[in-house]
Amino acid sequence: MDRLERQKKIRNFSIIAHIDHGKSTLADRILELTGALTAREMEDQFLDTMELERERGITIKLNAVRLNYKADDGDEYILHLIDTPGHVDFTYEVSRSLAACEGALLVVDAAQGIEAQTLANVYLALDNNLEIIPVINKIDLPSAEPERVKGEVEDVIGLDCSDACLTSAKAGIGIKDVLEAVVKNVPAPTGDPEAPLQALIFDSYFDQYRGVIVSVRVMNGTLRKGMKIKMMATNAVFEVTEVGTSTPRQTPVNELTVGDVGYLAASIKNVGDTRVGDTVTEATRPAVEPLPGYRKINPMVFCGIYPIETNQFNDLREALEKLQLNDASLQFEPETSQALGFGFRCGFLGLLHMEIIQERIEREFNIDIITTAPSVIYRITQTNGETYEIDNPSKMPEIQKIDFIEEPYVISTVMVPKDYVGDVMQLCQGKRGEFIDMQYLGENRVQLKYNMPLSEIVYDFFDLLKSGTKGYASFDYEMAGYKQSKLVKMDILLNGETVDALSFIVHKDTAYPRGKVICEKLKELIPRQQFEVPIQATIGQKVVARETISAMRKNVLAKCYGGDISRKRKLLEKQKEGKKRMKAVGSVEVPQEAFMAVLRMDDNNGKK
Amino acid sequence: MPPTSVYMHIPFCTNKCYYCDFNSFVTKNPQLVWDYLDALKNEMKLTFEQTPVEEVKTIFVGGGTPSYLEHDQMKYFLEAVQEHLGRYFASDIEFTMEANPGTTDVEKLTIMRSFGVNRLSFGVQSFDNALLERIGRIHDTDAVYRSIDNAVAAGFSNMSIDLMFGLPDQTMETFAESLNKALKLPLTHLSSYGLKVEENTLFHTLYQKDQLPLPTEEQELEMYLYLIETLEKHGLHMYEISNFAKPGCESRHNKTYWLNNDYYGLGAGAHGYVGGQRHVNAGPLAIYLQKAKEGLPRVDEYRISTKEQMEDQMILGLRLREGVDLARFQARFHRTVEDEFGAIVTEQKAKGMLEEVDGHLRLTEQAIPLGNEVFACFLRE
Repeated sequence: MDRLERQKKIRNFSIIAHIDHGKSTLADRILELTGALTAREMEDQFLDTMELERERGITIKLNAVRLNYKADDGDEYILHLIDTPGHVDFTYEVSRSLAACEGALLVVDAAQGIEAQTLANVYLALDNNLEIIPVINKIDLPSAEPERVKGEVEDVIGLDCSDACLTSAKAGIGIKDVLEAVVKNVPAPTGDPEAPLQALIFDSYFDQYRGVIVSVRVMNGTLRKGMKIKMMATNAVFEVTEVGTSTPRQTPVNELTVGDVGYLAASIKNVGDTRVGDTVTEATRPAVEPLPGYRKINPMVFCGIYPIETNQFNDLREALEKLQLNDASLQFEPETSQALGFGFRCGFLGLLHMEIIQERIEREFNIDIITTAPSVIYRITQTNGETYEIDNPSKMPEIQKIDFIEEPYVISTVMVPKDYVGDVMQLCQGKRGEFIDMQYLGENRVQLKYNMPLSEIVYDFFDLLKSGTKGYASFDYEMAGYKQSKLVKMDILLNGETVDALSFIVHKDTAYPRGKVICEKLKELIPRQQFEVPIQATIGQKVVARETISAMRKNVLAKCYGGDISRKRKLLEKQKEGKKRMKAVGSVEVPQEAFMAVLRMDDNNGKK
Repeated sequence: MPPTSVYMHIPFCTNKCYYCDFNSFVTKNPQLVWDYLDALKNEMKLTFEQTPVEEVKTIFVGGGTPSYLEHDQMKYFLEAVQEHLGRYFASDIEFTMEANPGTTDVEKLTIMRSFGVNRLSFGVQSFDNALLERIGRIHDTDAVYRSIDNAVAAGFSNMSIDLMFGLPDQTMETFAESLNKALKLPLTHLSSYGLKVEENTLFHTLYQKDQLPLPTEEQELEMYLYLIETLEKHGLHMYEISNFAKPGCESRHNKTYWLNNDYYGLGAGAHGYVGGQRHVNAGPLAIYLQKAKEGLPRVDEYRISTKEQMEDQMILGLRLREGVDLARFQARFHRTVEDEFGAIVTEQKAKGMLEEVDGHLRLTEQAIPLGNEVFACFLRE
């Protein structure tokens, strides 16, 4: 078929949705309906290939797939569905996938309505001039109120909902309507297939046989096997060994042209050569200028990651490098801790991002790690006028040298049913929030805006918000600059020795109670040793809280007869193994969780 | 030299106690018991053909509840033992059988006695009826007294009981009361175990639901120290972490294990240690019966390396109050404890956990309740 004719039949779209509003299920149904997957091949959450994604029911990485669809007008269309993460931490990934599309489905739960994070992503889509198709999902729920939710979408986003698709992805209702709406409303890609090549890199990963696999969206020109290509930001030149599409399994094709979403391989060894957001062009006939890249998002949350086994430092570096290949937002640099030895200070987009990276290091690379409590970047101004930033509390200078400290603030947006407004306001105020604005979204829901220190959000705001509103609140935040605060560094001493990895920065007014809670928490988490261990929280030289772990009193197997010997031996080995998983800080054996204790103050269950 | 100790397992019980994770089955089907005894008899034949016995110094019949066997079953079982081992019995053989109060009448005890059983170990656990019910025992205190009276009447004079501490809702007072009642009985030996909540028991389920009010670590330690002190005062000296005896009445069979010596092990789920090789029998009854038809009913067999043997010698030997016999270690492995574990021993001595007394390396008094901490150090990479 003529390239231009074919181009008219291409539709590129992604799906924007809040967690649990049914994005992955809708994607599954679309794959099924277009025959991309037979029912037999179908696994739930097909596009969420990472084990972690399936387990948590979330999307972390984006994923693109090509679908063939015969529309009601009798024509065959090529649809590219680019799956996106829904969580605020992954805004960067979302912006990447949106830049490769002309349209987006906005999926909203018919019972829940719009959520804060969805809103943020809708604005991103509008910024990218995407055609947005509202999809009201879960209409089969008894509590569904599609009309009310339509009204909400119109009021809050200003999107015409008269033609909104009503679906139940779970029950398979309305899926065809969605595809018809995509065909009718999403514009076909514009661009010239004969022009010099411009393809946007929106993802990449390393394949041990083919080198770096680069996901691209072709904007202009044509990409073929054998072509010499150039990365416009790095000027690196490669020869294309394979181009293809995901249908959803990777399938080589002859060429990718305007509007196509696919992948290329070119024996690229170094992932650094293929920066996400860069433009691929033809080496011999380069484009005049690159495509606009993405907004580069800087990490906001930092923590130390250390291998438990000190000899795994290099393995950890390799793991971080590999993860960085397809997650450019992850930053890291080596650091040293007196308590934990050699490790890395890592920067993340947010808390979920941090947790995901930690879990992937442990699972995919099999490295046992210790992570320190997350911190933000503080700006210190010394009495001698010197100003600098620290991302690690242990780098804070002595109190006498500090003139003032500034900390990052964010504007946080909370959407919540009106019955919880009082609780949320109380929570925000307790977290040093300054009220900005309150708006009613329809009759029942309220949007609250507060100016808050990022450190409070990093601490336990999420958890408290969730539990305080029975999970009904949704939340988003954006950076709002730095503000001067009365902050102090709190140190933790175990058995009289300062443990640098446990130091944290806290507001002066809440320092005492927090010191007390953390000492109590550490007492709970650090197992008894053969001697008594005092735990102290100090500010400067002053002890503000103290607890004591009593000495271990009894640990001896009562029964050990003929049949028990091998089993008891295993038990002792396990006991020893358990100790190995702990970090010896001075003479005290400290388990991994303790280093996160500064963060997890909720009493009942440590893990979210 | 072939082993001189024999362990045999009778896996039947009238009911399952809430803390028990031993290999035991509750059945009311006598045919199953007969089938088992036949299989066991066949295992004796094959075992002693493979490694012929020279002398039997100790036999221990454990369970389950060996006294669960009915009179004719008991007779059948002991006849088999006699048939295979009787002619090798040492003149001073220690032949122990475990028994539960409530399953021992004079006639059964008399049968046992007549086949050479000369030591009884009763699973008494407590003298507190409420507590006995709480832990799933079917007997009460009266049954204990009756059983001991019956045993004396049947001619037994070497008797031990088991007592437990650290039980749910048990206090120092109730434990002391039980202990003092035990001391009034004509016993030569006493074993006392701190409760350990094992997986696959009712207690484990309750524990996970936070419905098992166990004493604190401090209270448990207090009970343990009281136990040691009280028994020593009454002439039952501690010779192993959980075992106490009148002088000369230590269980020679159990010492086999702690001295890391060989033993035959027969019956469902039993372990044996013969010529540096450990083996494990099939545990589930049906599988044991099936396998025993075809040969030795073993599911696992593995050699213990010299390195592991040396470690075992330490962690088992340190359980004994006398400790590890340094000369014996050297004679066995042609290496000294110092050669092998020098750094560990030095460190533990410095910490006050180990001491050397009369050519033995042993736990110090303060180290006894923390034995595991010391044992674990002897397991090397």
